[in-house]
Amino acid sequence: MIDLPAPKPDVLARRDEILAGLRALLPGDGVITEPARVKPYETDGLSAYRQPPLAVALPRTTEEVAAILGFCHRNGVRVVPRGAGTSLSGGALPLADSVVLGLMRMNRIIEVDYANRLAVVEAGVTNLGITNHIAADGFFYAPDPSSQLACMIGGNVGMNSGGAHCLKYGVTANNLLGLKAVTVEGEIVELGGRHLDAAGYDWLGLLTGSEGQLAVVTEVTVRILHAPEGQRAMLAAFKGTEIAGAAVDAIIGSGIIPVALEFMDRPCIHACEAFAHAGYPLDAEAMLIIEVEGSVEEQDMLLGKLKEICSRFDPISLKVAQTVEESMAIWKGRKGAFGAVGRISPDYLCMDGTIPTGELPHVLRRIGEMSAEYGLQVANVFHAGDGNLHPLIMFDANDAESFRRAEAFGADILKLCVEVGGCLTGEHGVGVEKRDLMPVQFTPFELDQMRALKSAFDPQWLLNPAKVFPLEGNPVLRQAA
Amino acid sequence: MSDVLAPADEAGVAAAVAEAARAGEPLAVEGRGTKRAMLRPVQAARTLSLRNLSGITLYRPQELILSARAGTPLAEIEAALAEHGQQVVAEPPVLAAIFGGGQGPSIGGLVATNLSGPRRITAGAMRDHVMGIRAVNGLGEAFHNGGRVLKNVTGLDLCKLLTGAHGTLGVLTEVTLKVLPAAERSGTLAIAVPDLETGVRALSAGLGSPYGVNGAALLAGEAPRALLRIEEFSESVAYRLGRLREALERFGDAAVIEDVESRELWRGIREAEPLAAQPEDAVWRVSVQPTAGPGVVAAAGLPRALLDWGGGLVWLAGPATADSHRRVMGAARTAGGSFTLFRAPEPLRAAVPVLPEEGKVLAAIRERIRAVMDPKGILSPGRMYAG
Ligand SMILES: Cc1cc2nc3c(=O)[nH]c(=O)nc-3n(C[C@H](O)[C@H](O)[C@H](O)COP(=O)(O)OP(=O)(O)OC[C@H]3O[C@@H](n4cnc5c(N)ncnc54)[C@H](O)[C@@H]3O)c2cc1C
Repeated sequence: MIDLPAPKPDVLARRDEILAGLRALLPGDGVITEPARVKPYETDGLSAYRQPPLAVALPRTTEEVAAILGFCHRNGVRVVPRGAGTSLSGGALPLADSVVLGLMRMNRIIEVDYANRLAVVEAGVTNLGITNHIAADGFFYAPDPSSQLACMIGGNVGMNSGGAHCLKYGVTANNLLGLKAVTVEGEIVELGGRHLDAAGYDWLGLLTGSEGQLAVVTEVTVRILHAPEGQRAMLAAFKGTEIAGAAVDAIIGSGIIPVALEFMDRPCIHACEAFAHAGYPLDAEAMLIIEVEGSVEEQDMLLGKLKEICSRFDPISLKVAQTVEESMAIWKGRKGAFGAVGRISPDYLCMDGTIPTGELPHVLRRIGEMSAEYGLQVANVFHAGDGNLHPLIMFDANDAESFRRAEAFGADILKLCVEVGGCLTGEHGVGVEKRDLMPVQFTPFELDQMRALKSAFDPQWLLNPAKVFPLEGNPVLRQAA
Repeated sequence: MSDVLAPADEAGVAAAVAEAARAGEPLAVEGRGTKRAMLRPVQAARTLSLRNLSGITLYRPQELILSARAGTPLAEIEAALAEHGQQVVAEPPVLAAIFGGGQGPSIGGLVATNLSGPRRITAGAMRDHVMGIRAVNGLGEAFHNGGRVLKNVTGLDLCKLLTGAHGTLGVLTEVTLKVLPAAERSGTLAIAVPDLETGVRALSAGLGSPYGVNGAALLAGEAPRALLRIEEFSESVAYRLGRLREALERFGDAAVIEDVESRELWRGIREAEPLAAQPEDAVWRVSVQPTAGPGVVAAAGLPRALLDWGGGLVWLAGPATADSHRRVMGAARTAGGSFTLFRAPEPLRAAVPVLPEEGKVLAAIRERIRAVMDPKGILSPGRMYAG
């Protein structure tokens, strides 16, 4: 279990006064305090952790965000920024003495500019909402986290989220031009703009993935792209994870960078097949979904080359989609992977480490051994091209011991990722979940230096404190506790 | 020329910086010194050169990852990549036409200046492909950030903070880059356009098409030409150029430039050669939204211009005067963009802002960040901002 800092007694004591102050800034129903309506904000995608906040504030404009932050800053109140609350690392978990600053009412698409290939949207617009808005004109916003129906662009910036297609199109940071943000003092700043590579320090890059630690994002200028003429997938199943790993190496080595290159292990194949009936081969140890883009002829050409490469690795099955429908059928299982695992097990933890791709067979073998040691099942999905591994650890939340073991198992997997040259998190962020593992990847000095940079933005540690950095060694938070 | 310290390893860099911090003596930080004349002149008696920290330390073609010590020449890295048919994604320039060649830039210098070439428009900048760094802060303390994997959101992204910081927040000692396969073939569609506005419209139409245009430049002058590049497998290059031609012929007469010639053309654009900057010219780089590019050229009123990145990157060259600079700054500001005084005689560089001034709030945060990373103010002080 993860410790949270003690609530600030003075803030709890002044609760009524603080709520009245907030209500004065957000008239109408902008401030929520009734327990029943606060409930949905108690947790996020890491639902094992729950904590009701002091209040939830739901501003509609950047100016309102600035007013709330200024007020909270003057009153020493902690603020937890929140988008859709789909974080899998507890990034949006409230603190008992905090105001949850929910951006979901800031959901306007302000402008779409096709000539300059950009869109200006408010932080509470959903990821898919951007693409849906421009799809009729042939455009899309590239980063596509599996949660894209719900998650919001502000949260995507918070976590620097990725998706299945980021091998080709990059993650959130690579698809932004500008941000409007509010500092903890309530000052509105613009970072970047409508142009590439603004001169000066890369504020845009530093804020992206900073998990709400540095400022609150209210508006985002994203790059948009014209969709390719078409895309099609193929499925390749192999007798061993080593063999599938070698096939991935051969594909990358051939000079083809598929738009997506997804890997599933045996337990995952079985879970997905039982759920989606996508026609996955149940005798395979590992399966790849490979997607290419272009005209039909180009797809044929690329899929032909890929088929030839895969056939060198003694595949159990090779299925090239001939139509869009067949392509969707191949994807169906993968896209439902989380739901599929949710059907076998009441609860699961979705881990998110990255490893050098060459280490995959070793890492999967070790995860298999740990699974036996911990007595917990695990299914692995893997963005194979970029080394981002998602082990889904199944446990029973009603059984405290099972949860404890699941957390310990997860921590061991992430330590293993670091040990083989990778990192604790590829796209889900540190949040509270991996906070106490940070010393595995960083030296005490490196952590102190990052904390000092956080302090440069937020000297009193009011913005989403207790996340990302271990509490141990944090002078500001220890004082407060 | 000032005294040069050129340690052979990271420990040597750390010791040199720690010593300078103790003595309160600033250092001009450089890689191989090719961009010494960029931005403001640094007030430092001594130079810290990274040229002896050289060599590729890790290259895994199948993992699309390469690490090299900061002083490694770009040429050495490109040669190693070429053996496996791969390349540095952002197509960084050497800029011999602007700064003189020397032995070419170091990879650390390219990261520190975040300089990217034509491919930036679709494939991302240097900053997008820096997966990891090792560096030494202004107290001589070594640290790492990021790593050697392609996806990493662990902790604050100091790779981004130090990329483009021109050596001011830390001395890069090693960088790890994402690399990608080089395309089999290059091809270009060249369209004779009546004016720059039409040219940018043609580039926007091309970049807004499904054909994966990854170079979009505009040659200014008497007979402007819009250039759109495809880099792909051979079959695709032919097909896509054909489709682009059908789509873009309405903007002017179009011709196809084939592989070898196309590569040479874009090498030149990467190097800003068509700008034809004269030895006595000052050179600016302005970044704006693409449709604002022609307006910047007009408002700056300088004799030489070249547009890349779909019209959004405007290279300008002309008289090295405070008046020219004022016009460029004004043009960039009006267009809502950013400028860099790229090359100028020292007195001009020392007298004017070489980058846009930041607002009060950001400037205050910037100073607090500098106080964390370089509390004694010894890492290339004055390079980016006066004072
Ligand atoms: C089923 C499922 C699938 C998922 N698939 C993926 C995937 O494929 N790829 C991936 O990368 N992630 C994935 N995620 C994780 C999650 O969806 C992403 O992290 C997402 O970006 C979070 O967005 P959100 O709007 O829900 O943000 P929240 O969860 O509300 O917040 C995320 C973090 O950002 C901060 N934050 C939110 N808004 C702002 C703001 N406006 N300004 C400053 N900080 C802010 C929060 O404080 C928090 O630290 C998945 C989650 C689920 C539940």
